[in-house]
Amino acid sequence: MKSFTVLDGLVAPMDRSNVDTDAIIPKQFLKSIKRSGFGANLFDSWRFTDPGEPGIPVSDRQPNPEFVLNQPRYQGAEILIARENFGCGSSREHAVWALDDYGFRSVIASSFADIFFNNSFKSGLLPIVLPVETINRLFEECLAADGYRLTINLSDQQVVLPNGDSVAFEVDSFRKHCLLEGLDDIGLTLGHADAIRQYEKQRMQQQPWLFN
Amino acid sequence: MHAEFSVTANVLYREFDMADTQAKTLYDKLWDSHIVRQQDDGTALLYIDRHLVHEVTSPQAFEGLALAGRKPWRTASMLAVADHNVPTTSREAGIVDPISRQQVDTLDQNCEQHGITEFRMNDARQGIVHVIGPEQGATLPGMTVVCGDSHTSTHGAFGALAFGIGTSEVEHVMATQCLLQKKSKNLLIRVDGVASEGTTAKDLVLAIIGRIGTAGGNGCTIEFGGDAIRALSMEGRMSVCNMSIEAGARAGLVAVDQTTIDYVKGRPFAPNASQWDKAVEYWQTLHSDEGARFDQVIEMDAASIAPQVTWGTSPEMVVSVDGKIPDPSSADTASRQEGMQRALEYMDLEPATPVTDIKLDRVFIGSCTNSRIEDLRAAAALVSNRRVAETVKQAMVVPGSGLVKRQAEDEGLDQVFKNAGFEWREPGCSMCLAMNADRLEPGERCASTSNRNFEGRQGQGGRTHLVSPAMAAAAAIAGHFVDIRELEARLS
Ligand code: SF4
Repeated sequence: MKSFTVLDGLVAPMDRSNVDTDAIIPKQFLKSIKRSGFGANLFDSWRFTDPGEPGIPVSDRQPNPEFVLNQPRYQGAEILIARENFGCGSSREHAVWALDDYGFRSVIASSFADIFFNNSFKSGLLPIVLPVETINRLFEECLAADGYRLTINLSDQQVVLPNGDSVAFEVDSFRKHCLLEGLDDIGLTLGHADAIRQYEKQRMQQQPWLFN
Repeated sequence: MHAEFSVTANVLYREFDMADTQAKTLYDKLWDSHIVRQQDDGTALLYIDRHLVHEVTSPQAFEGLALAGRKPWRTASMLAVADHNVPTTSREAGIVDPISRQQVDTLDQNCEQHGITEFRMNDARQGIVHVIGPEQGATLPGMTVVCGDSHTSTHGAFGALAFGIGTSEVEHVMATQCLLQKKSKNLLIRVDGVASEGTTAKDLVLAIIGRIGTAGGNGCTIEFGGDAIRALSMEGRMSVCNMSIEAGARAGLVAVDQTTIDYVKGRPFAPNASQWDKAVEYWQTLHSDEGARFDQVIEMDAASIAPQVTWGTSPEMVVSVDGKIPDPSSADTASRQEGMQRALEYMDLEPATPVTDIKLDRVFIGSCTNSRIEDLRAAAALVSNRRVAETVKQAMVVPGSGLVKRQAEDEGLDQVFKNAGFEWREPGCSMCLAMNADRLEPGERCASTSNRNFEGRQGQGGRTHLVSPAMAAAAAIAGHFVDIRELEARLS
């Protein structure tokens, strides 16, 4: 997995609550059996005015000039700020892959849906929960200033604003460790293979019907 | 509430119980009994008993496994089926769309290569993954059940800890039979009282979501309790648990009782005769103990819940069928008001419009929420000897599995639907997410028994109203929403 340490990135504001994974990457793009290439269709039905189908290059599409990510000032954004319950809906990890493939490294919101939150860490996309008042402030500042950037420091668990103010965020220590080091958690779990086997043996005795 | 089980000694976990005499919730019990090891920060390595697999979220996991030179840990824990992409019309010609076909072929190949049990497209047992798990007895009380699909919460109806996972986690479970998890909070939603005629499990869960919101269950496992939940069939409990995810919770639970045990008995993957009594004895302990502590409790009265209809683009945007489309100016925050405004625009609805004035273009009865035999019976009862309205372009019934379809045909339900002008299809996800050919055209309005009304969910520009099977059937006949309580009164 990609590691995440410090990110100094341009911010794009997604001023919506309940942004669902169907909106992040519509279902017609889930037919791919690959992990990459989803960025071209990130927020497809908001981002383009023509209907999106797999295989049509972005250059042949009609961008919706109203959509936030199409505005010149947000080109190259690596941090997305959003309102509550970001990533709700389907469990599709394709949503995380699409954000990552497009170039986002972090999403900051007042709350996230559980599965999306979990999935993000697996691709090195850092989801950060901040209080509603802080989110309001970030939106205000971001809309007011062109080229608005934030610095995210994972090891200190701080988001640093342009004026130097910093805001602390929570992240559980195991996930933080994996992200900082870019560790593959399957490898780590297999380090406990003996414990798994032992548990399994005991379970087989207690509830043999689970192993029919 | 659980007095009938309190005398049953827990033989299997006696040692455990003696060491830990605290009253536990059902979730606590399921969680504790699956911990392989626990890290200092509270992250647990949780053992997974059943892994359900479908074609959309598994190819990258199989690929990851191969790239790392790993093998599935226990293939017998896995059960695979293609459901999202399969056509629901004639299957003799196979899958026409080449990309859909590739995804289904990839699943077939992966299962064959690893020796994983799969119900292929033309197998009578094929169907929506959340319908076939319980139907086969592959979902059992006390299990941990995962699948790369958020509606895995459905299986919690059996007193199993069941939740959706992403593809990286699918790979993790394949490789290790475990997941790294943090424990969620315990949320109890009690629905007491007796629901009125015409108010179904679907209406209960829509009303719950309307009350707590789509983020209401974030970070929680919801246990659904109370008389009104107890009174539900397993099909009804599955509809409720199915939509836990729309209430923001990864998992929903209903305690085990005789209804659960009767449903499981005799199913292909259920415990065999020599294991049965021991299994039942354990299952009867799968309920929250008297005095167990919940982080939050919400109480509702079933008698006050009318049939529900969603009006917006989030499942929490829901009203009673005898209600009106709400006015955004009633919203408590500016961002909520904007969300409502945007939803009304997308749905092309005006505030204060009576719900029963909303006219439909299409009607879809299906999905993992409502495609089981009981759902089809409820819909058929309203359709019998009547015709789909002229103004409705299409009304379709998509059974949840081949076995549900066969059962319905044995009962003559297919004829009831066909005589009324409904299409009778092959099983799959179909228009629930429109990944196959079944979809809404831009601007079309649909009464749907599925679980998500997001923008474009059933086809780009399509407008979805979530309802129960009986409400969808009645809407197909009338051409607009009707209060089935009145209809039933008129009929009788
Ligand atoms: S029926 Fe709909 S919600 Fe259920 S698994 Fe299929 S696509 Fe998902």
